[in-house]
Amino acid sequence: MFIALVLIMVLFQVITDGILLRPLNITNLVMQNSYVLILAIGMVLIIIAGHIDLSVGSVVAFIGAISAVLSIHMHLPTIVVFVISLAIGACIGAWQGFWVAYVKIPAFIVTLAGMLVFRGLTMLILKGESLAPFPRNFQLVSSGFIPDVFKGSSLNILTIAVGLLCTVAYIFIELNGRKKQKKYQLQTTSGPLFVARIIVIACLINVFSYIFATYEGIPYILVILIALILAYSFVMKRTTMGRQVYAIGGNANAASLSGIKTPRVTFWIFVNMGVLAALTGLIVAARLNAATPKAGTNFELDAIAACFIGGASAYGGIGTVGGAIVGALVMGVMNNGMSILGLGIDWQQTIKGLVLLLAVAFDVYNKNKAV
Amino acid sequence: MNQLAEYILEMNDITKEFPGVKALDNVNLKVKKGEIHALCGENGAGKSTLMKVLSGVYPYGTYSGDILFNGEICQFKDIKQSEALGIVIIHQELALIPDLSIAENIFLGNERAKNGVINWAETFIQTETLLKKVGLNESPDTLIRNISVGKQQLVEIAKALSKEVKLLILDEPTSALNETESENLLSLILEFKEQGITSIIISHKLNEIMKIADSITILRDGKTIETLNVKKDNITEDRLIRGMVGRDLTHRFPDHTPKIAETILEIKNWTVWNPANPEQKVVDHANITVRRGEIVGIAGLMGAGRTEMAMSIFGRSYGKKMEGQIIKDNKPIEIKSVQDAIRHGFAYVTEDRKNLGLNLISSLKENMTLANLRKISNKSVIDEGKEIVSVEELRKKLRIKSSNVMQLVGNLSGGNQQKVLLSKWVFTEPDILILDEPTRGIDVGAKYEIYTIIHQLADQGKGIILISSELPELLGMADRIYTMNKGKITGEVLKEEANQEILMKYMTKVG
Repeated sequence: MFIALVLIMVLFQVITDGILLRPLNITNLVMQNSYVLILAIGMVLIIIAGHIDLSVGSVVAFIGAISAVLSIHMHLPTIVVFVISLAIGACIGAWQGFWVAYVKIPAFIVTLAGMLVFRGLTMLILKGESLAPFPRNFQLVSSGFIPDVFKGSSLNILTIAVGLLCTVAYIFIELNGRKKQKKYQLQTTSGPLFVARIIVIACLINVFSYIFATYEGIPYILVILIALILAYSFVMKRTTMGRQVYAIGGNANAASLSGIKTPRVTFWIFVNMGVLAALTGLIVAARLNAATPKAGTNFELDAIAACFIGGASAYGGIGTVGGAIVGALVMGVMNNGMSILGLGIDWQQTIKGLVLLLAVAFDVYNKNKAV
Repeated sequence: MNQLAEYILEMNDITKEFPGVKALDNVNLKVKKGEIHALCGENGAGKSTLMKVLSGVYPYGTYSGDILFNGEICQFKDIKQSEALGIVIIHQELALIPDLSIAENIFLGNERAKNGVINWAETFIQTETLLKKVGLNESPDTLIRNISVGKQQLVEIAKALSKEVKLLILDEPTSALNETESENLLSLILEFKEQGITSIIISHKLNEIMKIADSITILRDGKTIETLNVKKDNITEDRLIRGMVGRDLTHRFPDHTPKIAETILEIKNWTVWNPANPEQKVVDHANITVRRGEIVGIAGLMGAGRTEMAMSIFGRSYGKKMEGQIIKDNKPIEIKSVQDAIRHGFAYVTEDRKNLGLNLISSLKENMTLANLRKISNKSVIDEGKEIVSVEELRKKLRIKSSNVMQLVGNLSGGNQQKVLLSKWVFTEPDILILDEPTRGIDVGAKYEIYTIIHQLADQGKGIILISSELPELLGMADRIYTMNKGKITGEVLKEEANQEILMKYMTKVG
């Protein structure tokens, strides 16, 4: 799917006459699509565990409304608003997780109910109107940039430095991993291929950091995104918690009989989804600089689509955080590219739907061929 | 057309290739009209593939060779065409729909209907006649999910009869049945023979084959080895095994001198109530002791409560209400969850590896370490190197055939899957290992290897509880055997004193 993403990017780069990869647009792309990326991370965990969450769009709107009330009406400091909002997100997740994990009501039904409930509550809180504007520092989360400590004139030097630092860290991790693989006598990719991969990825990192550097530098949101992606990839790949989520999705009965507390794990991944949905709610509210009753509409579908495009299985047990991110980027690049081309929402929806179907069909075809 | 009398089915020089493997290599199978023909061979010998070729699952053109049915060449494109001629196959995994009734299942795809409107009266009347024929005393509108596997098997056969079957193919029909149910089924097949229905039966249970088959064809590695005439050729089980594995297995069970030491586990007055019916005791005041190094067998008919007892002991995995005492190493212990059970050194190898045992869409590695992730992790971060090394070691020790530890378990053969399940629990380093039907549905060679592993585990001083529906297996493996009936322990027999008759007597004893 990574290759598909690159192809789609190249395609839009060509038909938009190079607008797609312009510094301003790349920055926009990240800011506009951060919501799908964050939601997809939480969603892929839920899908791997064999469930679904339809309520996230409504939760995004609900948290937006809550934060608006806290911030605009009650004049609470932004940091306090954030903490309370995330805590409420966790409670919403716990509420839904309780019904799914302990009462054993299918997640589809629980979160369908949640979708209606939280949309309704949003409208109640906002009395059907938008609340705006947010204080300046609240807006920064979604539109601020890390200040350049080196005060470069046309080029953001901090960004370049961070890019280089990441490159070094990346090469170090790759080499370390390879050393380990050799130590345990595992199959390793051939030397030239390994070097080639490192060079390509190192170049990509630096090209993108250069692009960011020529605009305003690193958006705060990008830092949050990268931290989340790295943390969740690590949890799912390298920790017992991640293993347990895969085991539950693959065969819940076998997992229980292996001593895994299936209900507890299920409960926590819903709590996690609640927190990430709340974070998304804050970011969306900050970006729009308003809380609206319609915020977050269809976000759940974008997030779910991203997971499936990224290779997750609708039956549970299969999927990766990285895959979901690539899936979300595919959606994001298409949204962005088609907007630049001036295609209406009608065509955008149609094309996105077809891409989802084709991506999964391609996956299924590949799997059948492999057997 | 004159020779039509002799053979109902001839399969000549059938070759079927899958990418990279020749599943069938010039296989010949000739089945006489009105006989019961057994098809034997180890897992992967090509039995099921051959039957799929015959029934049209693999359509004409995807294999080479000829199929003659009643002397006429057949080129089936799908199952419908073979069924139209009266060739009906009953698969090992039953294809019934649990939430439909017996009558609906029997006539599924073949409804008694006019212009798409089902004639229920006719459906029910015909179902009753069919059920009478197979000796099943159930109402036609009973849901499939409410009857036992043995009865479901009979429904499948009734379904076959409804299609006016001429050649009935049964793939491992008794693997999920207990002794009595198996007996019933076998006599039913003999009855069909009287009525002129020809049967092909695929089975790992050689004693059953010997009992009912007229001819036996042995397949090995996709080739026909021989066709034997049971009456003429004076066949013994050893003779069949030799044909199947290509060498003499002098003993079905490895030699073993037990090293039995002190008592490790005592179960006292263990009683479990049925969660669906709180009045019924599924296990009733059972008392069991197990010593270190000892293999304790548990014999019983299906529904005797063996699995329920094992699972309720293993962290209340079965049932809600239970009482009794578990004493390990002379100390009473309390087990409230599977985690407790594992912590106290219990391991339970389930009888249902696909549904309760393995995650088939995951790798060997991830399956094998799942029950003991702590061993390969540090502060819940998994050390992948350590994991791979320890899994690789187990894989070699248990001789699991796979390309590497990353392979998906779903792609392994049944015997190797069973070994993965076993090694998953060996990896938890248990003191007490409960094995529930550890060799169900796997071939003779793999069975022998699993027996050897069980012996090794016992010799390490572990206490082993072996639940099995195959009496020869219990007689060959267990040092001491408990019999169960209707939730009660009805007898305790030492290896030296045990034989099939004694066990059967206790297994059916009331009270």
